[in-house]
Amino acid sequence: MAVDKKYETPMLDQLETGPWPSFVKEIKAAGEENPMANDLIGLLEQSYTERLGHWKHGGIVGVMGYGGGVIGRYSDLPEKYPAVSHFHTIRVNQPAGWYYTADVLHKLCDIWDKHGSGLTNMHGSTGDMVLLGCTTPDLEPVFSELTELGFDLGGSGSDVRTPSCCCGQSRCEWACYDTMGLTHFITQKFQDELHRPAFPYKMKFKMSGCPNDCVASIARSDISIIGTWRDEIQINQEEVRNYSKNGVNIVKEIAVLCPGKCIDWDGNEIKIDDSSCRHCMHCINVMPKGLAPGKDRGAVVLMGAKAPIVEGALLSSVIIPFMKIEEPYDDMEFWEVIEEMWDVWCDNGKARERIGEFIQRVGLGNFLDEVGLEPVAEMVAHPRDNPYIFYEDYLEEEDEDE
Amino acid sequence: MADAKPQRLTDIGPPHHDRFMPPIIKKNYGKWKYHEIPRPGVLVHTSDSGDKLYTVRAGSPRLLSTKKIRIFADLATKYCGGHLRFTSRHNVEFLLTDAANIDPLIADLDALGHPVGGTGNSITSIVHTQGWVHCHSAATDASGVVKAVMDDVIDEFKTMELPAKLRIALACCLNMCGAVHCSDIAILGIHKRIPQIDLKTLPKLCEIPNLIASCPTNAIRPTTYEGKPSVEIQEDQCMFCANCFTVCPAMPIADPDTDGVSIWIGGKVSNARSEPMFSKLAIPFIPNNPPRWPEVVEAVRMIVDLWKANANKHERVGEWIERIGWPKFFRMSGIPFEKTHIDDFKHAGLTFKRSAHLTY
Ligand code: SF4
Ligand code: SF4
Ligand code: SF4
Ligand code: SF4
Repeated sequence: MAVDKKYETPMLDQLETGPWPSFVKEIKAAGEENPMANDLIGLLEQSYTERLGHWKHGGIVGVMGYGGGVIGRYSDLPEKYPAVSHFHTIRVNQPAGWYYTADVLHKLCDIWDKHGSGLTNMHGSTGDMVLLGCTTPDLEPVFSELTELGFDLGGSGSDVRTPSCCCGQSRCEWACYDTMGLTHFITQKFQDELHRPAFPYKMKFKMSGCPNDCVASIARSDISIIGTWRDEIQINQEEVRNYSKNGVNIVKEIAVLCPGKCIDWDGNEIKIDDSSCRHCMHCINVMPKGLAPGKDRGAVVLMGAKAPIVEGALLSSVIIPFMKIEEPYDDMEFWEVIEEMWDVWCDNGKARERIGEFIQRVGLGNFLDEVGLEPVAEMVAHPRDNPYIFYEDYLEEEDEDE
Repeated sequence: MADAKPQRLTDIGPPHHDRFMPPIIKKNYGKWKYHEIPRPGVLVHTSDSGDKLYTVRAGSPRLLSTKKIRIFADLATKYCGGHLRFTSRHNVEFLLTDAANIDPLIADLDALGHPVGGTGNSITSIVHTQGWVHCHSAATDASGVVKAVMDDVIDEFKTMELPAKLRIALACCLNMCGAVHCSDIAILGIHKRIPQIDLKTLPKLCEIPNLIASCPTNAIRPTTYEGKPSVEIQEDQCMFCANCFTVCPAMPIADPDTDGVSIWIGGKVSNARSEPMFSKLAIPFIPNNPPRWPEVVEAVRMIVDLWKANANKHERVGEWIERIGWPKFFRMSGIPFEKTHIDDFKHAGLTFKRSAHLTY
C-alpha cells in the first residue's frame, strides 16, 4: 500500500531524540508503507497538540464464535484520518514465558503486515501479544491465518483473561514449580471460559515460580499462584563463606533484614531456623550460590487482587497456604475448588464485581463456607479486633431441625 | 467435495512453548543451579550439568513495529540460533550459548538504539498502558511520558548502582491496565473534572440503571431531560474515577485543561524482606505538558536521587520510607503535604497515625 500523505509532527519529533528507544520512530517506520500507521502519526500529533485523546469508546467487534480477544476502537476524527477510523486491537495469546523463534516472529509479522497497521505491543499488560489497529473486515482473515500458524486469541471483557507467568524452570533456579507448564495447561483447560465471556467481570490467573513474584501476580491477578517450599532452605556453607569473603555483610545485609529473624551467622556458618522462615526469598536472592529454596516445593494460592476500579485496589490474600503442583495437572483437586468459586461468584456477584470485591462484600468467612474450604490462620494477617461477630450456633441449630 | 474449505480452527489456545525454547533450555529445564550478573544487562545461568546460558537483555518501548521485530528476529538468528524471549516488563532477551557472541550482539543492539541493561539493582523498562495512542479513557499519554522519563534515568538502566531494584509503572487512567498500584514509582493519569453528560445521546447509548449503579459514590442520580429518563451528577460526590464513562460513552470525562498525572511511590510486589505493599500518594497533580512532561521527569528524578542517596543497601523505596517515616520523607523531598494526601475512602481511619512514633 502506498502512503501519499505526510504529516508535520513538531511535537512528536521531539520524542525521536534522546537515548531511550522511541515509540515515535516505530510508528513512523511502520508508516513509511502503511497508511494506518501513517494516519496514527497525524492523529497522535493532534492529541499532543490538544492534550486530548481521539479514540471513541470501543464497539462490539470480534471474530465469529468468540466474545473476547478483540477490542473495538474507532477514532472520533474519521474524515481527517480515514485509515485509522477503525483501529481495533487484537490480543494474541502469547506462548508461556514469551518465548519465540525468529521464524515464527517473521510469520506473525507477515500476517500483520498484510492485514493491519504493522504496529504491536510486545506485550500488553496482561501478557498477550497485542496487534494494534485492524479494520473490521480484516479480523477474520487475521484470525484464520493466526490459527493456521498455531496461535489463538487472548481474553478480553468478562472472561478468563490470558494467563501469564514468569519464565520459571525454563531459566530460573528459584522456580518452585513449572510455571510455564501450568500456565499452558490452564490456558488450554479454560479455552471456552477464555473466549466466551460469562463471568460478572474479568478473571485473571498469574503464575510466579517463587515469592519474588516477577509477574506481579499478587497485585494483578484474581488468582495468584506463587511458588514456595515447606522444608529447609538448602545451604552450601562453603559458598556462603565465599560471599562473606567477597564483601557481603551477612549480619547487616541478610540476618537483620530477614523478616523471620531466623538467621544466625557466627562468621563461619549460617544457621536458619526454618520453622520461623517467612519464605520471603531475601537471603536466597543475595546469595544465589549459597542458598536455595528447599526440596519440598509447591505453591501458595492467593486470590482477589485488582486495580482500584470499582471499590478500591486490593492485593490477593491467601486461600490455600500450600499445595503441590505436579503432573498430571488435570488430577489436581484445585480445579474443583476454582469451579466452585466461579459458581458462587457467578450466582451472587454483581455486574463488574471482581471476585476480590465480591469476597470483601460477602465476607471471606462466608465465601469459604460457600466454596467448602476450611478457615485457617494463614488466611489472615491477624484475627479480628472487633467484637461484632455473627455467631451462627443459633442458625445451625435451626438447620438441623429441618 | 473438491472445493471444500479447510475447517475453521477455534479454541486451539497458544502454541506450546516447546516449539520455541532453545535446545539448551529444553535440556536444562528445571535444572538451573544458580545465576550471576557479570555486567549490567547480562545474566549467566549455570545448570547442574555445567551448561551455561547467557541472556542479553535490552530495553524496548513496548510499542514495536513489525520492522523492529524482524530486526530482533534476525539478531537472534545471527547470534543465538533464532531464539529470543520478551519479559513481563517489555524487555527483549536474547538467549546465547556462546559467550563470544555477547559483545558483538551488544554492539549491534547499541547501534540499533536499544540499550542493554535492566538487571539487578537498576531501573528496568517502565510497564505502561496505551494512552493517546490507542485508548478512549486516557487522562494522559503513556508512551510519551515513559520515553521522556527513561531518557532521563537511562543511566540507572545501564548500571546497577542503586540500593535495590526500582520499578516504575505508568497507567493513563484509574482503570490501571498496568496495575501500577504496587510500584516503587507509579505515574497515574487522572481526571479532575466531572463527566460532561451528553444529554441528547445518553438515552440511546446507555442503560440508565446500569449507569447509576456504576458510580462507587452514588453521585449519579436519576432525572428527566425533555421528558425522557436521564441522569445528573452530584458534583461534590464525584471523585473523577470515570467508572460511569466506562459503562456509558455519553459521559465523557477527559479535559485538556484539568487532566494530568499524579505520582505514587513506595509500592512493591516482591515478598523479599517486607510484604508486598501499595504505592502511596506523593504528588497529587502535575498538568499534562507534552511532548516531554518536564515536571514529571523532574519529580521522578528527584525521588530516585533522594532514595539513592539515603536508602540502605537492599531497601526498596517503600522500605526506606517506612524506616524513616513519611513526615521525614516529605521534609526531605520538599513535596508539600496537602489535604489530598489524607485518605477519605473506605477504611481511611486505618491510615491515620495512631501512635506517638514521630520524627522531628
Ligand atoms: S518469580 Fe521467582 S522463579 Fe519466577 S522468574 Fe522471578 S525469581 Fe524466578
Ligand atoms: S527466606 Fe526470608 S524469612 Fe526465610 S530465612 Fe531467608 S530472609 Fe529469612
Ligand atoms: S489505563 Fe485507562 S486510559 Fe490507559 S489504556 Fe488502560 S483503560 Fe485506557
Ligand atoms: S466519575 Fe466516578 S464518581 Fe464521578 S460520577 Fe462518574 S462514576 Fe461517579
